[in-house]
Amino acid sequence: MNRRRRRRLAIFSAVVYVVLGLFFLIPIAAMIEFATRGVALGSPRTLSAFTSISADPELVGAIAASLELALIVSVGVLALLLPTMIWARLRLARLVRPLELICLTPLTIPAIVLVVGFAPIYRWLEINFSDSILILSFAYLILVLPYCYRALAAGLATVDIRTLSEAARSLGAGWGTVVYRIIVPNMSSAVFNACLLCVAVVLGEFTIANLLDFENLQVAIATLGTYSAQESIALAVLSLLFVFVFLFALTFLSRFASRRRGAMRG
Amino acid sequence: MTAAVTTDSANVRRPLGGRLRISTAWFGAAPFLVYTAAFLFLPTVLVAVGAFSGPSGPTFANLAQLTQPYIVSAFEASLVLSAVSSAIGAVVGAVLAYAVASGPPDGVMRRIVTALCGVLSQFGGVTLAFAFIATIGTEGFIVVWLQQHGIDFYPKGVWLYSLTGLTLIYVYFQIPLMVVVFMPALDGIRPQWREATETLGGSTWSYWRHVAGPLLLPGFLGCWLLLFANAFSAYATAAALLDIGGVIVPLQISRALSSEVGLNQANLAAALALGMIAVVAVITVLYSRLQRRTARWLP
Repeated sequence: MNRRRRRRLAIFSAVVYVVLGLFFLIPIAAMIEFATRGVALGSPRTLSAFTSISADPELVGAIAASLELALIVSVGVLALLLPTMIWARLRLARLVRPLELICLTPLTIPAIVLVVGFAPIYRWLEINFSDSILILSFAYLILVLPYCYRALAAGLATVDIRTLSEAARSLGAGWGTVVYRIIVPNMSSAVFNACLLCVAVVLGEFTIANLLDFENLQVAIATLGTYSAQESIALAVLSLLFVFVFLFALTFLSRFASRRRGAMRG
Repeated sequence: MTAAVTTDSANVRRPLGGRLRISTAWFGAAPFLVYTAAFLFLPTVLVAVGAFSGPSGPTFANLAQLTQPYIVSAFEASLVLSAVSSAIGAVVGAVLAYAVASGPPDGVMRRIVTALCGVLSQFGGVTLAFAFIATIGTEGFIVVWLQQHGIDFYPKGVWLYSLTGLTLIYVYFQIPLMVVVFMPALDGIRPQWREATETLGGSTWSYWRHVAGPLLLPGFLGCWLLLFANAFSAYATAAALLDIGGVIVPLQISRALSSEVGLNQANLAAALALGMIAVVAVITVLYSRLQRRTARWLP
């Protein structure tokens, strides 16, 4: 690339970053500004909106519920989706395409539509199984399928699972060992990616929780917003920052994993 | 060898001609298939059945209700909202994705933008709605600041809680979503193509007009469709903007679901949901056609 073009590209990129940076960061800055406003017009800035969150047991309960749901869904993806994807690639080649189509279906049938069908199912579950908020994990596992499938498929494509599993099995390993001690460590960044997507989707989910009358993090923020704008915005900022830090850390992890693999080969 | 036989025969009795082996392998996939049957297909079937159910058996009455003016206008509003926000999001997002893709692949800027786009696109309309209320709501940062300088941000009345405001907020998550889904297409562009164009005497314009443009166009249009479907199905943002009423289809569905009138309303919700599936299904078909065309050139 010649020098003039490089300079034009640099100017173009700089302009794009500045303009869009302002567009995206101003609302977030405004949230922080709003959440730290003092009581009267001239009062000093305060963090009381943030600290009062931990004092409210309902909020803490909602936050804990969302975190538990994220954990359950991540485990569910690793225990249900990943083994099935590996199984399909190793034993049931005919299942690979249908599996992909099934996993992409939640994109065609969005949450707002699914929840209409979930309503009677969840009524049944609440009566016959449990009415804890954790039963939302059944629905959430479906919601994360498209994202986790793509992340895990990309990871599986880089691993020679046939050779690895045959070698392991010939040494006497059971399927559990093959999946979790041999294949997973070789695609650790894809697995971590999938788990992080689960966390982001579950923590950000509002539609199904709201329409099935459960109080998760986002529903709590919305309800809080009806009587305490400052606190709700403080909580919103915290959750946004939390997920951002997670995802930012992920970008370092994928590089780390590939460097490790390279080092081991050399 | 012995170990392999022992483990295998745990699943399979020695087959007669190999046919038995294939059928038992499906048991390995059974947990996942049963799960998706229960929690993905069953709800969809319930929606389809509910759309045609009435108090006295199967009926088209729910679908007929979809022709009522307030529902038709909700569909129109949803379509307009999705079209406008996805158009703006697609173009601006493509520009931003290009700026990021042409930078260093391991650079800090790329990491930050990728993470930020990941958060903002997935994260949830409630947070974004509140962010905009904090920015340009009646007590918002920008409104108050402008007031202190004598400028009225809302000379013709507050528009944040209307379709216009909703469109603006949708653009806020459409742009990052475009960056996330369009970036792989941009990453697939080989620098050799640019070099080849220059070797043959082409300019930047002819490169875009004859090489990169046509190659990226199916991917771009496909991502645009994805944004459209995303906006069409979005619920959280509108629900969190309290004063917005039932102006779009997802809000109509939530109204029908939480109404206490009883069974009829639940079936109306199912009919609305079926209508949404129809729209999104058309879009998905178009999207997969476009993806197949892109896959020819870009991995």
